[in-house]
Amino acid sequence: MADLRVNLCNIELKNPIIMASGTFGFGREYGEIYDISKLGGISSKGLTLVAKPGNDGLRVHETASGMMNSVGLENPGVRGFIEKELPDFSKLNLCRIVNLGGGCEDDYVEGAKLLDDKDFDILELNISCPNVKHGGMAFGIKAEVAREVIREVRAATTKPLVVKLSPNAEDIVEMAKVCEEEGADGISLVNTFKAMAIDIDRRKPVFNNVTAGLSGPAIKPIALRMVYEVCKSVNIPVIGIGGITTARDVIEFIMAGATCVQIGTANFMNPRIGEDIIKDLEDFMKENNIDNLEEIRGII
Amino acid sequence: MEYRVLENKYVGEGMYFLKVAGDFDVKMGQFFMLRAWDNFPILSRPISIYDVDKEGISFLYKVVGRGTEKFEKLRKDDKINLEGPYGNGYEKVEGRVALVGGGVGIAPLYLVAKEIKNCDCYLGFREEPIMLEDFKEVVKDLKYSTGNEFVTDILDVDKYDYILACGPTPMMKKVLEMTEGTKTRVQVSLENHMACGIGACLVCTCKTKSGNKKTCKDGPVFWGEDVII
Repeated sequence: MADLRVNLCNIELKNPIIMASGTFGFGREYGEIYDISKLGGISSKGLTLVAKPGNDGLRVHETASGMMNSVGLENPGVRGFIEKELPDFSKLNLCRIVNLGGGCEDDYVEGAKLLDDKDFDILELNISCPNVKHGGMAFGIKAEVAREVIREVRAATTKPLVVKLSPNAEDIVEMAKVCEEEGADGISLVNTFKAMAIDIDRRKPVFNNVTAGLSGPAIKPIALRMVYEVCKSVNIPVIGIGGITTARDVIEFIMAGATCVQIGTANFMNPRIGEDIIKDLEDFMKENNIDNLEEIRGII
Repeated sequence: MEYRVLENKYVGEGMYFLKVAGDFDVKMGQFFMLRAWDNFPILSRPISIYDVDKEGISFLYKVVGRGTEKFEKLRKDDKINLEGPYGNGYEKVEGRVALVGGGVGIAPLYLVAKEIKNCDCYLGFREEPIMLEDFKEVVKDLKYSTGNEFVTDILDVDKYDYILACGPTPMMKKVLEMTEGTKTRVQVSLENHMACGIGACLVCTCKTKSGNKKTCKDGPVFWGEDVII
């Protein structure tokens, strides 16, 4: 009997499949397509303290084996989320992760405080946001900049805290170590890669912001390498993210040491990818006589 | 969900008529996410419903890129994935109604013409008129433009209580301009790049007077007085 359950930050998940922030809303839309309580968890649309309208211009562009997005964190704000989305989100029978971003440290801290007594399981900190006080460079690039925001949010929340790393970090392993040192309960990686496309007919960048985030199978081998390196360097659980589209991809990340994985872009390839992967994962485990994922976790 | 292709034929103006077998319950102006490949391109393609009957559902699509180039190669009995129907379609209206379509924007108007009887219909084409035989059967009066004449050049908005439009952005802008300050109300169907198609990913956000809306879920059809295009 294949047991897909995993323990993440002392929370039992039915399986290691979590839907990635920004690709699954708050679960409502996909919940109309299939029974999402089969999933291990959902990470909410990224929230900021104040509601954001998102970016102007084109927001999505396909690339070879991937896609780029420039949504710009359009979201209802922490208070808007608490008022309009949380009542339904908190009722979901799975691991409920709230993803929080911010433009400055105070935003993160205030957002974390507002969310602290609310009914959900894990706070996921998105440190890929541009730091408005440091010329717009993302918090997640330099480890010592990230350290401060992680420390302050750690002090502001009693929830299990997972920090979502940017692959654009100067040193991803150093960044992961800083998260562990500052008391994070887990690490998720990777967010999208900073990337670019040019419309040669218009002689202009495809995106108004010039750069955008690359996701999808194109980034999977790099994401896997980063997850592998981070898993070797920290003792807190790691959630692997990056171009996962099949159960075999999931197994790769678990063999590299990940506790769970997040699925993002693949939801756009197949809206039922979550339940499909869970079924394929169970079949793989049965065929390979794996009773528990612990048997193969981190074997590489 | 996987379905089977009944027919896929070139109809002119760079457009194909695709019919897929199955039993579909749809509203005029809705769309499906179509996919005729496994992994790449990553995204499925949002395509408006042209018609439904007891055999299946049909679409009109224009070949514009890597996805529609794959649709172009579909043959009878090939498999195709359809997810939907998605979106809010055209609101049913009563009175004097004109349908205004340009290019592949004529696609959703056929089903509208079937549902709202006795519409006048104005279609704009680049070089040659297509699908006229279909439209003639379901509308009261059919006019079309080609070449340098725009469909909005042959449209007298004052004759109508409602205009239901779908076409290139300049065409829809022009219709909104022509009806501004008049009693004629307009519904426009927007086209936008989409990823999920169901309102989760926010890549197809459009602007309205009441804030951001999701083209895929709140639209693709909006009232002209609300939407900002």
